Amino acid sequence: MAEKCELFEPGHRACGGCGAALAARLVTKAAGTNTIVVSSTGCMEVFSTPYPETAWKVPWIHSLFENAAAVASGIEASLKKQGRTEKVVIMAGDGATFDIGMISISGAFERGHDFTYVCYDNEAYMNTGIQRSGATPYDASTTTSPAGKCSFGNKRPKKDMPQILAAHGAPYVATASIAYPTDLMQKIEKAINTKGPCYIQLHAPCCTGWGFEGDQTIAIAKLAIETGLWVNYEMVDGTVTKVKKVVRKPVEEYLKTQKRFRHLFKPKRQDAEIAFIQAIADKNAEKYGIDIKLKKE
Amino acid sequence: MMQMLEGSHAVAEAVKMSRPQVVSAYPITPQTHIVEALAEMVANCELDAEYITVENELSALSACVGASAAGSRTYSATTSQGLALMFEVCFNAAGMRLPIIMSIANRAMGAPLSIWNDMQDSISLRDAGWLQFYAEDNQEATDLHYLAYKVAEDHSVQLPAFVCFDGFILSHTYEPVDMLTQEDVDRYLPKFTPYERLDAADPISFGMYATPEYYLEFRYEMDAALKHARDVIHKAGKEFGTMFGRDYSALVEGYRLDDAETAIVAMGSICGTVKDAIDEMRADGKKVGLLKIRVFRPFPSEEITKMLSHVQHVAVLDKNISLGAKGATGLEVRDALYGTKIPVRNFVLGLGGRDVRKKNIREIVALTETGQGDLFYGLRREVL
Repeated sequence: MAEKCELFEPGHRACGGCGAALAARLVTKAAGTNTIVVSSTGCMEVFSTPYPETAWKVPWIHSLFENAAAVASGIEASLKKQGRTEKVVIMAGDGATFDIGMISISGAFERGHDFTYVCYDNEAYMNTGIQRSGATPYDASTTTSPAGKCSFGNKRPKKDMPQILAAHGAPYVATASIAYPTDLMQKIEKAINTKGPCYIQLHAPCCTGWGFEGDQTIAIAKLAIETGLWVNYEMVDGTVTKVKKVVRKPVEEYLKTQKRFRHLFKPKRQDAEIAFIQAIADKNAEKYGIDIKLKKE
Repeated sequence: MMQMLEGSHAVAEAVKMSRPQVVSAYPITPQTHIVEALAEMVANCELDAEYITVENELSALSACVGASAAGSRTYSATTSQGLALMFEVCFNAAGMRLPIIMSIANRAMGAPLSIWNDMQDSISLRDAGWLQFYAEDNQEATDLHYLAYKVAEDHSVQLPAFVCFDGFILSHTYEPVDMLTQEDVDRYLPKFTPYERLDAADPISFGMYATPEYYLEFRYEMDAALKHARDVIHKAGKEFGTMFGRDYSALVEGYRLDDAETAIVAMGSICGTVKDAIDEMRADGKKVGLLKIRVFRPFPSEEITKMLSHVQHVAVLDKNISLGAKGATGLEVRDALYGTKIPVRNFVLGLGGRDVRKKNIREIVALTETGQGDLFYGLRREVL
């Protein structure tokens, strides 16, 4: 894996510290040269391909916001008919995946096309200016779910897309994080080498949208895992087979690092809200068994 | 070989013989018989194509975008609400210069819901950058598919095309159709050789975004290619005529037009009724003729100007309406005749499947000749 070359070039227009740019680099590095990438409209599409420049060293196509899975279906069918061997990898944001592209994803997964769908999840519509999506976590303040006098931000927890796609019969579903590149790349390789529609949801923090310094991207992605607010796991044929275990930290260590949760601490600490988010992490921990039990001292 | 075929089945046969490698479609009345027939052909190994049964029309055309970009000849079919759902993809496919061919079994747009024929669906997409062919009968509906592939895939055009034919009136009607053989089609239509494609051996990026420094030029090039398609249609249509006896080199066709004092301009199956009405009026000594528009995009302005230069009255029949303005053909014919003194009257008629008969055509001619027009023809005043 390590010998593989860089297929996502520097010089693109992403913000310094962009999690999605790192995702593009790691995913293409793992996928290799015999790959066709399909992007949905979004940050990654925009920062990587201002005509006449492109950051992609693999064949790449962007059509619309909501149709990447359908475009990929057509590519896969065409390659099959031509007897070609390229692998099809979709790279779409969470808005394109959880919301506007949901129908085309459901259709494509049900039909069983052979592709790998990677959702780079930065938990809101970043390209249009940080509006909430179905992937925005509970209480995150966005421009369409702003915290205010009578709101703590986004009113709903994240939609569980991996489970939805596992329920479609996807042979391989995994979550990953840019903070764990080796794990991420292994999962990409596994998905690409699994026949049928595979889904990988990739946690990719956005410094601009979440409100943190660009040198903190990896640290924050790690904290999401360490607090149990993001769980890295694999599902094979609908059964969870591998989970990243952690010694859990309280969720506020993660929340405090980002401006989107600042209203939970200032002007005054919102204990009930923080407790609610802690309960989400506790539920994740229980559901996936992520806790490493420490021996009593 | 002459065969008695339903319009949809004749079209499906033509599509099969055009050898698309990827077919992607979603069922909608009155297009269903085409996609059912194609599915059957794939199931019986008569058509060697990947058939993608998508979950809606937006994905139907999106899958064609992917397949075409990957280098395959592609096909889809739809109508009405389905085409409206594809709106965004239509512009996208043209902008990406992908020569997808799509049959449109023309149908009215809701609300109110109507499964019956008019041309509001495809006409509403006249600005999307697709070639638009309109068939008068099932022979044309069939032949125009070969022509459409040949023109759309020409490297000097590289734009997608609609082949439109009236829903039910043609799609569900049995007519004698002279079908080409596979050998004929293979001689006429070469294998698809994309100008460029998604290929790991030669990576390129498709569908990038353009800043204001580039966007205008992209649109100019599309417009230039669409206009240039006139010459390509002319050549490909002539070649078709030489090989098979039916010449489609002209974008418009005249019927008893040369000495006509009043000209009717129309598209699609209504032209058959108009021709019969003209024959009757001619028998009565009235000098009436028809200008049939077979290609609406690119719009044949020059041909129209030339062929109508001698007439005194023009009646344009539109099975569509740009609400708040006029019928699309009426507006464009008026534009073509701008600067002449020939009056152009527009008649919006036949919407939502309302039947148009010979007597109606005679009445329209009478109205036109007395300076009336620019109206909805055939309104039932009692239900207003």
